Amino acid sequence: MESSRLPRTRPGRRATRLGLLDRAGLRHMDGWLAFSALGLILCSIYTLHQTSGQVIPGAPAYYTQRQAVYGLMGIVAMIAIARVDYSRFRELRVGIYTFLCASILTIFAFGVTSRGSTQSLDLPFFSFQPAELGKLLLVLSLAGFVIDGARRGSEKQRTVRYLALGLAPTGMVLLQDLGTSLVFAAITLAIMVAAGVRWSHLAVVGTGAVAFIAFVLVLMPMAGAPVLKDYQQERLTSFLSPTADIGGAGYQQNQAKVAAGSGGTTGRGDQATQSELGFVPERHTDFIFAVVAERYGFVGAALVLSLFALLFWRALRLMTLSKNLYGTLVAAGIAGSIMFQVFVNVGMNLGIMPITGIPLPLMSYGGSAIIATFLMIGVLQSIHIESRAGQRGPWSQ
Amino acid sequence: MSIETRFSKPKSRRGAALRYVVLAGLGIALFSILFFRLWSLQVVTGDRYLAEANDNRIREVTVLAPRGRILDRDGEVLVDNRTSMAIQLDPLEIPEDGAERRKLFTSLGDVMGKDLKWVQRRYRSEIENSPPGSPATIARDVDDDIVYYVQENQADFPEVQINRVFVRRYQQGILAAHVLGSVGEVTAEDLEDPANADLEAGDTIGRAGIEQSYDEILRGQRGTTRLQVDSAGRVTGQLRAINPEPGDSVRLTIDSDVQAAGEAALSGIGLPGAFVTLDIDTGEVIGMGSNPTFDPAIFTRPLTQPQVDDLYSEETDAPLFNRAISASYPVGSVYKPITALAGLDAGIFTPSTVVQDAGLIEIADQIFTNAGSEPKGPVDLRKAMEVSSDVYFYKLGAEMNGSLQLQQWSRRFGIGVPTGIDLPGEAVGLLPTPEWRNELFAEGGTDRPWAIGDNVQLAIGQGDLQADPLQMAVAYAALGNGGRMVKPHTLLQSEDAAGRVIEEKQPEVNRTIEIDPVAREAIMAGLNDAAQAPLGTSYGVFGGFPVKVAGKTGTAERPPKGDQSWYVVLAPYPNPKIVTAVTVEEGGFGAEAAAPVALQILSAYFDREATTVSGGGGNVE
Repeated sequence: MESSRLPRTRPGRRATRLGLLDRAGLRHMDGWLAFSALGLILCSIYTLHQTSGQVIPGAPAYYTQRQAVYGLMGIVAMIAIARVDYSRFRELRVGIYTFLCASILTIFAFGVTSRGSTQSLDLPFFSFQPAELGKLLLVLSLAGFVIDGARRGSEKQRTVRYLALGLAPTGMVLLQDLGTSLVFAAITLAIMVAAGVRWSHLAVVGTGAVAFIAFVLVLMPMAGAPVLKDYQQERLTSFLSPTADIGGAGYQQNQAKVAAGSGGTTGRGDQATQSELGFVPERHTDFIFAVVAERYGFVGAALVLSLFALLFWRALRLMTLSKNLYGTLVAAGIAGSIMFQVFVNVGMNLGIMPITGIPLPLMSYGGSAIIATFLMIGVLQSIHIESRAGQRGPWSQ
Repeated sequence: MSIETRFSKPKSRRGAALRYVVLAGLGIALFSILFFRLWSLQVVTGDRYLAEANDNRIREVTVLAPRGRILDRDGEVLVDNRTSMAIQLDPLEIPEDGAERRKLFTSLGDVMGKDLKWVQRRYRSEIENSPPGSPATIARDVDDDIVYYVQENQADFPEVQINRVFVRRYQQGILAAHVLGSVGEVTAEDLEDPANADLEAGDTIGRAGIEQSYDEILRGQRGTTRLQVDSAGRVTGQLRAINPEPGDSVRLTIDSDVQAAGEAALSGIGLPGAFVTLDIDTGEVIGMGSNPTFDPAIFTRPLTQPQVDDLYSEETDAPLFNRAISASYPVGSVYKPITALAGLDAGIFTPSTVVQDAGLIEIADQIFTNAGSEPKGPVDLRKAMEVSSDVYFYKLGAEMNGSLQLQQWSRRFGIGVPTGIDLPGEAVGLLPTPEWRNELFAEGGTDRPWAIGDNVQLAIGQGDLQADPLQMAVAYAALGNGGRMVKPHTLLQSEDAAGRVIEEKQPEVNRTIEIDPVAREAIMAGLNDAAQAPLGTSYGVFGGFPVKVAGKTGTAERPPKGDQSWYVVLAPYPNPKIVTAVTVEEGGFGAEAAAPVALQILSAYFDREATTVSGGGGNVE
């Protein structure tokens, strides 16, 4: 046989891979989902490698190396959680929810302040941000509560209950970090939409949200009792008139926009002065997308956006594939969370959304966020695996 | 596989299918927005943002050009430049917030060893006195260690700039201060002048004297260096440089030896006064000085209020005031040659007409006397010049009243007319005419209309007449050269940095006066007698001078002040090359104060010592 002379032919390779995936229990993993997540973390590492050289003098590879380590840890975490049947989390909802609230409260007691907001705990190895993991915890517990109470009370009561359960941690986080609390709110909303809350109720919630935002941003400051800190208020409103205060809050946003715009179609490569000379602030975290856009142009930035679109599609698709409603709600929550973060962060980089301090999932440098996002992907993989147990391989529909 | 079949079993899932579609649609919408925005930002308007990004990173740094040098006629350097390190603040980058600004000022003050108040005061006064947007120079001539400290810690003082600036250096100290003038930082008004289109805020501009007149020659063209900077303003590379062009030099007609002699002689007298020495054929100013004088270097640093007061106040006799061209005085007897030429032209006298000088004369019921009523006996034109008979000229003045003969000749000799010298601030003086006086009277500016006495007084350079030393020098130059009214100038030529001549200044003649050679000869002879014949009014001064000269004393009454001393001299006699006019306020008789100064100047010019003579004709006019 020809194959005996050529040991690396197709049947042989396939057998090896299947065996390995089988051993890892990941035979039915969603390959496109994994591909998009791995693609994004690689884009992140590559971008950091090319740009952040002079951020920390004497340690040019600091961010690159650490991000790679976080990525590896994230992948391991993803595989680990993918092997767990996600339905177990539904049973643990009360515990998860309690842990979520407790971890947020811990921040009030032991939190470390950085960049104007208090959101991390100094652990021996790195400073951990519970709120990042909190996004997943909120998805898992809130979806569980929705399933649990699906037949209790009137529709109105149920809506109020979901809202209360979602907004409690949202409100607590708001006092620490505006961006994360917005993500919490988005998760709550996404799960409520997926759970079939009446459109009229959602409309009321939406109106309430708009009224609340107006209250916080306009009325309270006018009444002399601002809810937000000055820097938060400034960041949020400056995008409406970015050139009004070029030297102040509008500066960062404007510089990021200039960076992205200057990239043109194919990017400026090593001539990317906006990011290389430090005009783009937080270029390894919140504004990494502007760096990508300047360096690699529309081609590169569109590639990253496409990977996110793929990720979002594969996540949302699990709503329909899930073997149970819990999986549907979890997939909706995670998809909503990622979509919201991508839109707000990229929009902020492109000058159409305010500065809220929301990192770009899998792209922005940061251990907590990378690992937490991979855990989310892992849960999605679990939903996929459970729905496809005993069926076809990872790259199939 | 359709959604329908997937969600077909429980009824609640039928709604979920719709929810899935809604969330998917929302996702598609949001991604579309991002893609569209990305495309429009990068592909459609990318060029604009690329330009903005380049703008961001490029700083144009101005490289100042040194001003041209000022040399004397022998090429000796009078003014050049030295470099100085200046600490400047860019007002556009200074924090507006009071507390932050105070913090910056305090830390800058700490570095310089000054307190917050000092920095605030310096900053405020610089901002008030400079055009908007120009850097505020907090300190010049900053010590090296401060410069290094600020440069090394630039990140702590992002708003503070250390710039190398050029400062005028006066190689000969105070020599020719009034001629040289001074430079200053351009003001907002300067910048509005279209002639200053090439200037920018922070540049220097000539403020007086040569520095002002020939600013366009002396002014350099600033260069720029395009630097790449990072967001903190740190320089990361140089992109392109346009080198500054230094200004061209000007070589003056001033002879430093003559200049120094005149200034020394004047200041030796210790009274306010001035001198001018001209080449009578070309109008070149060989020397020009005014006493008291000042140190031009004072303007290289910010002036303090006491310094300003000292420079301008009456009590200090306003040292900044250039009495050679800006003051107006009655001139006394030095005026007499003009009166003589006017009278001879009118045919009233001939050079040989003899007038009996009894020491006084009655004209229209008024007695006019010689100085001290001293009778000079019979005098013709030459004698009248030698002994300075007033009566001779009173008669001419009286005879010429009714016509404008004296005024016309005075005007021809430049009385009441600017000489057109190439220095700013020239005074015009005053030539009294009946029309002028009657008009003034009609307006209530004086107690009486024109009378014959006014013409009589004008005839001996008294009364309302006002002129400055330069005007008298130019008038005598015309007498000396046969009637050409030269235009005095201080510029000999402009030169480039290597000393090559760019352009020579061509002598100009304002107008020519027809002077009767016989009359001129008689006057010149009389003036020579006045200086060097034993009965001459300044024989005591010039009697022993080895070069023959023709000089006239003047003692002008200038109530309420003491008499103004004048001396104007042409040399050498009979074919003069130069003229020197000297005046000393309250110096008394012409021969007492002014003539000795003129002697020192001529000694320096001819390089001859004056030997003193004893006795001689008196110094009484």
